[in-house]
Amino acid sequence: MNKIIEVEHLVKRFHQIVAVNDISFEVEEGEIFGFLGPNGAGKTTTINILCTLMKPTSGRVILAGFDVVRQQNQVRRSIGLVFQDPSLDIRLTALQNLNFHAFVYNIPRAVRRKRIEDVLRMVELWDRRKDAVRNYSGGMRRRLEIARGLLHYPKVLFLDEPTLGLDPQTRHHIWDYILDLRQRESITIFLTTHYMDEAAVADRIAIIDYGKIIALDTPDALKKRVGGDIVTLKTENDEAAIAEIRHHYSIDAQRDSEGLFFEVQNAEEFIPLLINNFNTEIHSISLRRPTLDDVFLKLTGHQIREEAGGDVAMRRQWAMRQARGQPGRFR
Amino acid sequence: MSNLRAMYIIWYRDLLNFWRNKGRLFASFIMPFLFLVIFGTGLSSSMFLLGQGAQGEGFNYIQFLFPGIVGMIVLFTAIMWGISIVWDREFGFLKEVLVAPISRTSVAIGKTLGGATIATIQGMVMLIFVPFVGVSLSLGQVLLLIGLMFIFACSVTAMGIFIASRIRTMETFQVVMQLLLFPMFFLSPALFPVQNLPSWLGALVRINPVSYGVDSFRQSILEPTVAMSDFRMSLFNHTMSIPEDILLVALFGIVMVFLAVRSFSTQE
Ligand SMILES: Nc1ncnc2c1ncn2[C@@H]1O[C@H](COP(=O)(O)OP(=O)(O)OP(=O)(O)O)[C@@H](O)[C@H]1O
Ligand SMILES: [Mg+2]
Repeated sequence: MNKIIEVEHLVKRFHQIVAVNDISFEVEEGEIFGFLGPNGAGKTTTINILCTLMKPTSGRVILAGFDVVRQQNQVRRSIGLVFQDPSLDIRLTALQNLNFHAFVYNIPRAVRRKRIEDVLRMVELWDRRKDAVRNYSGGMRRRLEIARGLLHYPKVLFLDEPTLGLDPQTRHHIWDYILDLRQRESITIFLTTHYMDEAAVADRIAIIDYGKIIALDTPDALKKRVGGDIVTLKTENDEAAIAEIRHHYSIDAQRDSEGLFFEVQNAEEFIPLLINNFNTEIHSISLRRPTLDDVFLKLTGHQIREEAGGDVAMRRQWAMRQARGQPGRFR
Repeated sequence: MSNLRAMYIIWYRDLLNFWRNKGRLFASFIMPFLFLVIFGTGLSSSMFLLGQGAQGEGFNYIQFLFPGIVGMIVLFTAIMWGISIVWDREFGFLKEVLVAPISRTSVAIGKTLGGATIATIQGMVMLIFVPFVGVSLSLGQVLLLIGLMFIFACSVTAMGIFIASRIRTMETFQVVMQLLLFPMFFLSPALFPVQNLPSWLGALVRINPVSYGVDSFRQSILEPTVAMSDFRMSLFNHTMSIPEDILLVALFGIVMVFLAVRSFSTQE
């Protein structure tokens, strides 16, 4: 496989802030590469450098064989973007916005109209195509941005939190289209997101925090790092249950508002074993596979979206303990 | 070829936006109209008759003022067109343009041509006041005037774009432009004859490129009807002709286009 993006020791500094702190990675041609990290981690800054909108402080980036600093025009010809922030001309209609894009990217006249109709139908804006974007709702604008990003078929498509603020059904629908397009046109996708389920479509994921890549692997391999499945128990007496679990299996279970939880390998086999000789009364027991959320929590000690989930404080403490012994994590 | 395409689409979008906001077109006539009607009528009724016409009659202040007001609307529209860049930055559309596979040079030139076209159209609309002012224009004069307005507008638009490309917010742009615009307008022969000014003021008028633009408009509108040789701009004791005027304007414009292009190509 060819390397379509090569990033070496990339650094971007804004005054005192180091937004991107010496990252290196490679993206294979045709791959979906995910960038996952909390607010301010440096995802958008990285994209801005990769797409020639910003100059790196230091480091080297080669995209589709071209240097993003010295061969900007060739790089620009190879890429497409859906920006995180709005970038439509709201005074124009959807059709006028798309026509501008099609013209600028030199989409042949013969296919231009068909493609514009295709993407507008996909995001369900065909009926509103002659309305000024000014009169669109937030979600409609977002959909139009995505439609525009998919209009020309670039070698590398950057999607910066593409489906932020869209309802699940629409997200699903749009992802079907993107994945299909990628197959047909063999497009490489560089994706940033906070949504764990969205990141899961990626072939490989880089987890980025404070401008550094702290893990880079396939979603499955990353999940394996959590160390097993997550078992949640509701019991008559949590104190007793914790003591009992520690005594029998040397596992430190934690408490949160849901009850007790702990990690264990092969939980399907572990649960019957546990139930068979447990003295404390168990009300309910549940088991789930680790998600990228858990991975992130484990690696960084904080949740990707602090506002998500009501038991943040408890989970955080748990995670901090799990993450102990990894130097340089907290600052 | 691809540069021409790019310039065309940038220019086209500017015109599209202008056309979709036609309301602004009318609003932008209010000030020049007030100047012309109130200022012009007021002053010409109580003041001098200027010069001696070819047939022996002079011309009144409102006739003198009219080309200055044409210059005013072209100047204001052209210089303010830079705000479209600040607007694009604020609303994010500039990113779509800057990341596109088109040269920055064609973006800057396309923007300049867009703003200049719009300013010229505004100037042409002012010509509906011609009968009210009491001058007559032949077709040849109108065509000449359109050419002059366009060159003048290109120069001024390029200046606006150069400044706008360095500015991040609308408020700053407004302030900077007010600071530039009014001196450029008042220190020109738009509102009053500049022949008998004190020398310090005369010098300021002469280094202002707007003066030569306005002078060329005035000559092309009035000269055939009335002799106005006493009211032409002069530089180093040489009375300027239309080609000389517009040459100076164009030279200024070339420098501005160059600066705008350079500033644009290093945009982040
Ligand atoms: N133009 C800029 N000037 C100064 N600081 C900046 C600039 N752009 C980004 N930063 C800083 O760089 C850091 C990384 O920002 P970036 O936008 O890359 O984060 P992100 O990972 O995309 O976050 P989010 O999930 O919120 O989009 C932040 O601390 C931000 O304040
Ligand atoms: Mg971001």
